[in-house]
Amino acid sequence: MYEIDCPWCGLRDESEFHCTGEAHIIRPEDPYALDDAQWTDYLHHRSNPKGLHFEQWQHSSGCRKWFNVARDTVTYEIKAVYKVDEPKPAFLLTDDQSANQATVESSEVKA
Amino acid sequence: MQNFSIFSLLRNSMTYHENWQQHWRSPVPKKQYDVIIVGAGGHGLATAYYLGKVHGITNVAVIEKGWLGGGNTGRNTTIVRSNYLWDESAHLYEKSLKLWEGLTKDINYNVMFSQRGVMNLAHSLGDMREVQRRVTANNLNGVDAVILTPEEISQRVPFMKINNTRYPVMGASFQPRGGVARHDAVAWGYARACDAMGIDIIQNCEVLNFLKDGDTVTGVETTKGQIMASKVGIVTAGHSGVMAEKAGFRLPIESHPLQALVSEPLKPLVDTVIMSNAVHAYVSQSDKGELVIGAGIDSYVGYGQRGSFQVIEHTMEAICELYPIFRRVRMMRQWGGIVDTAPDACPIISKTPVRNLFINCGWGTGGFKATTGSGWVFAHTLATGEPHDLNAAFSLDRFVTGKLIDEHGAAGVAH
Amino acid sequence: MSQYRLPQGGIVNRDAPLSFQFNGKTLSGFAGDTLASALLANGQHLIGRSFKYHRPRGIIGQGAEDPNALVQLGEGSRTIPNVRATQTELYSGLVANSVNCWPSVDFDVMAVNQYASRLLPAGFYYKTFKWPAKAWHFYEERIRASAGLGTIPNEPDPDRYEHVHKHAEVMVVGAGAAGLAAALAASRAGAQILLVDDQAELGGGLLAEQRQINSMSAYDWAKSVEAELRDNPKVQILTRSTAIGYYDHNFLTVVERRHDHLSESDREGVRERLWKVRAREVVLAQGAFERPMIYGYNDLPGTLLAGAVETYINRYAVKPGNKAVLFTNNDNAYSSAMAMLSAGMEVQVVDSRADAEHPLIAQATAQGADVLKGYVVTKAKGGKHVKEAVIQQLTPDGRGVVQDKQQQEVDLIAVSGGWNPAVHLHSHTGGKNRWDDEKLCFVPDSSPQRQVSVGSCNGSFDLYESINEGFAGGLSAAQKLNSTATAELGFIPAAESETADMRVSAMWLVPQNTTPERSPKAFVDYQNDTSAADIRLAVREGFHSVEHVKRYTAMGFGTDQGKMGNINGMAILAEALGQSIPETGTTTFRPLYTPTSMGAMAGSNLDDLFDPIRKTPMHAWHTSMGATWEDVGQWKRAWYYPDASEDMHAATKRESTIIHSNVAVLDASTLGKIDIQGPDAAEFLNRVYINGFKLLKPGRCRYGIMLNDAGFIMDDGVTTCLGENHYLMTTTTGGAAAVLNHLELWLQTEWPELKVYLTSVTDHWATISVNGPDSRKIVESLCSDVDFDSEAFPFMSFQDGTVAGAPCRIMRISFSGELTYEINVPAHMARHVWSAVFKAGEAYQITPYGTETMHIVRAEKGFIIVGQETDGSMTAHDVGYGGMFSSKKEFIGKRSAQRVHLKSPERKQLVGMKPVDGKTVAMEGAHILTNAADVALLTSLPLKEPIKMDGHITSSYYSPVMGHPIALAVVKGGQQRHGEKVMVSDHLGNVCEMEICATTFYDLEGAKQR
Repeated sequence: MYEIDCPWCGLRDESEFHCTGEAHIIRPEDPYALDDAQWTDYLHHRSNPKGLHFEQWQHSSGCRKWFNVARDTVTYEIKAVYKVDEPKPAFLLTDDQSANQATVESSEVKA
Repeated sequence: MQNFSIFSLLRNSMTYHENWQQHWRSPVPKKQYDVIIVGAGGHGLATAYYLGKVHGITNVAVIEKGWLGGGNTGRNTTIVRSNYLWDESAHLYEKSLKLWEGLTKDINYNVMFSQRGVMNLAHSLGDMREVQRRVTANNLNGVDAVILTPEEISQRVPFMKINNTRYPVMGASFQPRGGVARHDAVAWGYARACDAMGIDIIQNCEVLNFLKDGDTVTGVETTKGQIMASKVGIVTAGHSGVMAEKAGFRLPIESHPLQALVSEPLKPLVDTVIMSNAVHAYVSQSDKGELVIGAGIDSYVGYGQRGSFQVIEHTMEAICELYPIFRRVRMMRQWGGIVDTAPDACPIISKTPVRNLFINCGWGTGGFKATTGSGWVFAHTLATGEPHDLNAAFSLDRFVTGKLIDEHGAAGVAH
Repeated sequence: MSQYRLPQGGIVNRDAPLSFQFNGKTLSGFAGDTLASALLANGQHLIGRSFKYHRPRGIIGQGAEDPNALVQLGEGSRTIPNVRATQTELYSGLVANSVNCWPSVDFDVMAVNQYASRLLPAGFYYKTFKWPAKAWHFYEERIRASAGLGTIPNEPDPDRYEHVHKHAEVMVVGAGAAGLAAALAASRAGAQILLVDDQAELGGGLLAEQRQINSMSAYDWAKSVEAELRDNPKVQILTRSTAIGYYDHNFLTVVERRHDHLSESDREGVRERLWKVRAREVVLAQGAFERPMIYGYNDLPGTLLAGAVETYINRYAVKPGNKAVLFTNNDNAYSSAMAMLSAGMEVQVVDSRADAEHPLIAQATAQGADVLKGYVVTKAKGGKHVKEAVIQQLTPDGRGVVQDKQQQEVDLIAVSGGWNPAVHLHSHTGGKNRWDDEKLCFVPDSSPQRQVSVGSCNGSFDLYESINEGFAGGLSAAQKLNSTATAELGFIPAAESETADMRVSAMWLVPQNTTPERSPKAFVDYQNDTSAADIRLAVREGFHSVEHVKRYTAMGFGTDQGKMGNINGMAILAEALGQSIPETGTTTFRPLYTPTSMGAMAGSNLDDLFDPIRKTPMHAWHTSMGATWEDVGQWKRAWYYPDASEDMHAATKRESTIIHSNVAVLDASTLGKIDIQGPDAAEFLNRVYINGFKLLKPGRCRYGIMLNDAGFIMDDGVTTCLGENHYLMTTTTGGAAAVLNHLELWLQTEWPELKVYLTSVTDHWATISVNGPDSRKIVESLCSDVDFDSEAFPFMSFQDGTVAGAPCRIMRISFSGELTYEINVPAHMARHVWSAVFKAGEAYQITPYGTETMHIVRAEKGFIIVGQETDGSMTAHDVGYGGMFSSKKEFIGKRSAQRVHLKSPERKQLVGMKPVDGKTVAMEGAHILTNAADVALLTSLPLKEPIKMDGHITSSYYSPVMGHPIALAVVKGGQQRHGEKVMVSDHLGNVCEMEICATTFYDLEGAKQR
C-alpha cells in the first residue's frame, strides 16, 4: 500500500486515494476539427508506460482534490507529487521532453 | 511426439523414467519464418498450435522474453466459462469452451479441465435482472446456463451465508460446463504439441524492436539477433502497450496489477467455482486442496507483478462474509499478474496500423478461459490476414466507430 | 517424567505441567513447551503423512520451516487446519490430530501410494488420466480426496478479528540477537520503535544459546535488553506477532495472535489482530533457516535439523533421541553436537568435509563425539522411525562415494546442510538477493524500500557479529531520522567471539553409488514428496527455468513455501543444467511469510460492518409498517408494504392504484443530491448535461441527461435553480457517488477557471414525495406560506415553504406521472414532517409505497431508470431523448456521440411492449427473437446453435391502472417498429408474443402531473 503525499493534506495511506489514470492529456480545443480516429487518440489511447508515468490521483476519502503523481510503474516509487495545473517536474524529464512540454504549454496559452 | 498414457508411464517406470523426451527443444532461431508470434504464453502458444494444426503453417517461431507460460497464464485463478452477455463475447468464449472440452485429447496432455460448474451470485434485484437477461441470452446463444434459487445454491454450497448477511444471496446464474483447468499444463501441452510440429519456441529472447519496410513489418530485432518474418503477431498480455510503442502505434489499453491468493491445502469442500461480482469474492478449490481466490484490480498502472494490500483485504472481507467457516483457514501465498484493460473490458484481436502486424490483447481479467479460442481465431487472422467472424467485432476499429462491446456492467468483468 | 525430558535445564516451567491430547492419547508437557517439544518429550515423532505418497512424516524443524509437523488443532468451530506443531504453544487441554491419513497416522491406507511411487514421478498426472475422454472428473474426485491436508471447520468461526494502524519511526522485525541489538541502538538513539517477534518470548535463538554475552548468559542478556526496551515509553513490543507481508513504501502487515495459546475457556476478546504498520525505517532481523541434507529416505521421522535438536535440548530440555548421527557440511553444527553430548546422547558426527578444521570440532571431539570426516550419510533405514544410518566415504573429488558402507544404529539423525538467511520480507517488494560463494547462501542485496537486513538474515551467522551488525543497523536507521543521534552498545561482543570464521562446503545432494533415479528417494520438498530425481526428470523433459521446475515438481508449493528444501532443490537443478546457482536463480518470495488466517486479513468489517448501511430518517417508520427492503447501493429502501395477507403483487396493486386515485407517498431521500453554487454554476451545468441549463430561472426545475465522455448515458435527474447561482442537482440513488466524482474531476482538471462549488447534501435533506390527485390538498394543509395555485406554483417549479413547522423546499416534479409535491426537508426534521403528512392524509386513504410500485408507475409513463433501461451502452438517442441534445453548446459526450456507430439506425432503441394476449407478464431479461420462426427451436435449451436476437425486455410489470401487462424493451431499430409483433423468449424458452409500442402507456398527454 502506497504512502502518498497529498499536496493539501500531507502523507496519507493509499486507501484514501484513487488513481484515475494518465495525467496531462490535453482535451482538444476543437473536438469537431478532429476525425473519429484523431478523437479516439484523445478519448481512449493511453501511453501506459513501463517506467515513469504521470498520472492523476484523487484524495477521494480526504480533501477530494485531484493532483498529479509521477511514479515508476515497475518499482512503484513515487518520484514527485504536484498540483493539476503544474507542469511535469523538470528534474524528471529528458531535454527533449522538456522542450516538448514547453511547446505544449505555449500552445495552450495561445489557445 | 512421444505418446503420453498410462502405458507409456508404466513402460518408463521400468527404466526409472530416464528416457522421457523433452517437451520442447531450445532451438537457435532461424533467419526467416512465415510467422513470428511474440509471447509464449497460453494465447501465443495456442495461436502457434492452431496455425500449424488448422492452417498447416509450421514455419513459425514463438519468441518469449522469459520462460514460456510465465506471465498471466501461470498466475491466474484458472476459471473457464463462456456465459458472457453480449453475442460477440458469448460466441468467442463458447468457441473457446468447446475447444477446452477436447483439449486434453487434442494435444495428448492432461490439462485437467474440470467442468465443475461456475456460479455467479446475485445480491440485489438489479443483479437478478442482470442474471435473467444474461442467462436468457446465453441459452439462445448456445451457451448452457440456468438460474439457481437461494435454496438450490444452499444445496450445492451449504456453507455459504445466504441470508442474515449485508447483501443476501438472491440467486445465481450457473454454467455447468464451466470450471477450472491446470493453467501451467495448458502452456506446456500447447508448447509440446507446437514443438512436435516443428514450431520453434525461443525462450529467454526479448523483442527489442520491430523491423519495418515502410509501413509493413518484416521481422523483429531481438536479444538473439534479427529474425525476419512475413507476418508478426503480438500476444504479450501485460506488455501490449510496451510492444505497441515499439511498433509505433498506440492502444486503448492500460496495464494494471491483478492479485490472487491461495490457502493452505485442505480436504475437498468447494466443488464448484463461486463468483460474486457485487461483493468481489471469487473462490474455487484446486485439486491440490488450496482455496484459490481472486482479488480485484488495483487502480493504478503497474508492471511490478504485485499490488496493494487493501485490495487483498477487501477480498478477504468478502470471502469471510460469504463463507464464515473459512475465517480460520489460513492463506499461504499471494501474487500479482499484469492485466491489460480496455475501455469496454473486451479483448482486441485485430490488425494494426502496421501492415502484416497483428495484435491480440486487452483480455483484462478474463484471458485464461479464452486461451483456446483466442489462439484459434488469431491463427485464422494471421493465416488469412483477415479476422474470423468470431473476432471481427474485436477490432481496434471499434474504438473509433464507438461500436464497443461493453461487458463492464453486465456479464461480470472480473475473472 | 518421560525418558526424553531432561532432568534439568531449559526454560520450560516444570512447575506448570499441562495435559494435552494427540490423536486421542492424553500426554503431558510443561508451560513453555511447543506442541512439537511436548510431543518429542513423549517420544512422539510421527505426526502426519506426506501429500502424494502418504509417507510417514515427523517433526524435523523448530519453527516456520517445518513442512512436516502439521496437525489439525482443536475441534468443532475453533479447529484450525494445518497448524505447525513447532509454532504452537502448548496449553492445557490442547487437542491435536494428525492430518492426511486414514484411519490413523500409524496405519494409513493411502500409504500404498508409496509402493506405486515409481509410477508417480513429478508431473505424472499430465501424462495419464486422459482416457476415456470424459473420465477426468472420475479420476479427479479420487485425487482430490487423497490430496489436501487438514479439514476446514464445519461451523462458522465464533471468534473476532481486528485491524490496527501503527506508525513507527523504526520497525524492527525479529527479536533475536540482531533484532534486540537493533532495537537497543534505536532506542538509545531516541527513535520511536516497534519491535515485533513471532514467539511468546523475546530472544529468538538466544533462548537456546549456551554462550555468554557481556559476561552473562545469553538468556539473561536478552532479558536485560528487553527490560531496557520496555522501560522506554517510545518502544512498543509485540510478541506472538509475525510480520507476514512487506509492501511498497514501507508498509508491513503484522499478525498478532492474541489467544490461540490459551485454553479455550480463557480466551477473551479478539483472536487475532492485524497491525498495518507504516514505518519510516525498517530493520529486518528475522534470522535464518537451516538446510537439510538430501540423501536416501532423508524424510523418515527421527530426522531433525541439527539446530532444532539443539533448541529442543537447550530451550525445552528435550532430547529427540538417544543415539544420534549428526550429518553436517559445516562447522556451525558442532555446537549442536555439544548440546547433544551434554544431554547424554551418543553422537557420531559425519562431516562431508575431509579437511574440516575448527576449534568447535576439537571441542566436540574432546567432549566425546566421534567425528568421521569426508563421509556422508547416503541412506536412512527404518519404517516409521529411523533405525539405521548408512554411512559411506566420499571419493577424493567429493563427487561420488566408495562402495564400503557402515551401518550405524540410531534413533536420531541430525542434519545440517548450512543456513539460508530469511530473505523473505526483504524480497516481497522487489528487493534483490545475491549469491554468497563463501557462505553458500543468498544474502540480501539492494531494495527499493528504506530498510536494512541485519544478523543471520543478512548472512551474518556468528552470534557476536550479529549483535554488532544489529546494533549498527538500528543506530543507522535512527540516524536517518535524526542525523545527530548516537548510541553506545557498552561492550565489545567481538572480543568474546570464539566461534568466528565458521565454514561450510557445498553438499546439495549426497552422492550415491547409483544415479539419483536409481537410488532411494532423496526428498527436497518433504510435504509434496518432491525428490532429487523429480527435479532431474523435469530437466530432462525440458523444464529449465527454476519457475518451470517448481511448477512441474511442486517443489516449494507446500505450506512452508520452500523454506526447508528450496535452495537445495535449486542447487540440484543448477547441477543438472550444468550452470551455477546464481545463474539458476530462485523462485519469487511473496507474501505471506507464514500462513495467516483469512479472519485476520479481513478484520472486523464483517456482518453489518461489511459495507455501511445507509438508512433514511424514516427507516424506523417503514420497519414499523412492515416494509420489505431492497438494497440499492448501500441504501436500504422500502420495497413494498404488504398487509398481513398480501404478496408483492397484491401490495403493489393496492399501492399503485391509490396513487392514481388518491394519494400515496414515497420516501425518495436516497436520491443523490448535489448542491451547486457559484457564478459559473449555470455554465457548468450546461457543460455536463446534454440539454440547455443557462436559461433555467430561479424557482424552476429541469430534467437533464448526463453522458460520459464516450457519449453513453451516465446518469439522469432533475436540477432545480434554487436562486441566483445556486442549484440543487439530483442523481440516481446508485449513481450519486460516481456523478459527484465525475463532476469534480471535470471541474478540477478541465475547467479550473469555472467558479463552481459542489457539495454532496444527500444526507442533509430527506425527500418526501407526495403523489396523486389529492397530494396538493395534503401538502397545502400543512403549509401556509406557499401559494399552491398552479399558476403560482406550476409543474417543474419549486417553492421554499414551511411544512408542519419545518423549513422545506417543495418541488413540483414527478416520477409517477401524477400531481406530485416533493418535500425536501432537513433530515433531522424529516420524521416529524413525514408523520404530519400521513396524519393530514388520513382522510384521503394516504398510503406509503415502495420502490416496486415506483417502478410500475414510472414504467406506465415510460420514464427510464438509468441502470435498468440503460447499461453503459445506451445513448440519449437510443432511449428517445435525442431531441434534448442541444446543438448550441458543447457538453461532455457530444463529440463522441457523433461517431459512426453511435448514430447508426440499427442500434437498440427503447420501446414499449405489451403482450398480444393481454395477460402474460413477460420476464425481465427475456429476449426478442429476430426471426419469429426460431420459436420452433426453443424446445430444449441451451440451443445447439445460436439464434439471432434483437434486444431484450428491461422492465416488465402488470399495470393495474391499464388492466394489462406493460413492458419496456430495447430493440434494434425499435423506434421505427411500433406496431410490429415479435416473439419473446425467457431463459426457460417460454415464449410470449408481444407488440412493440410507444413507451408511454398512461396519461399520454401528461395532464395529470401538471
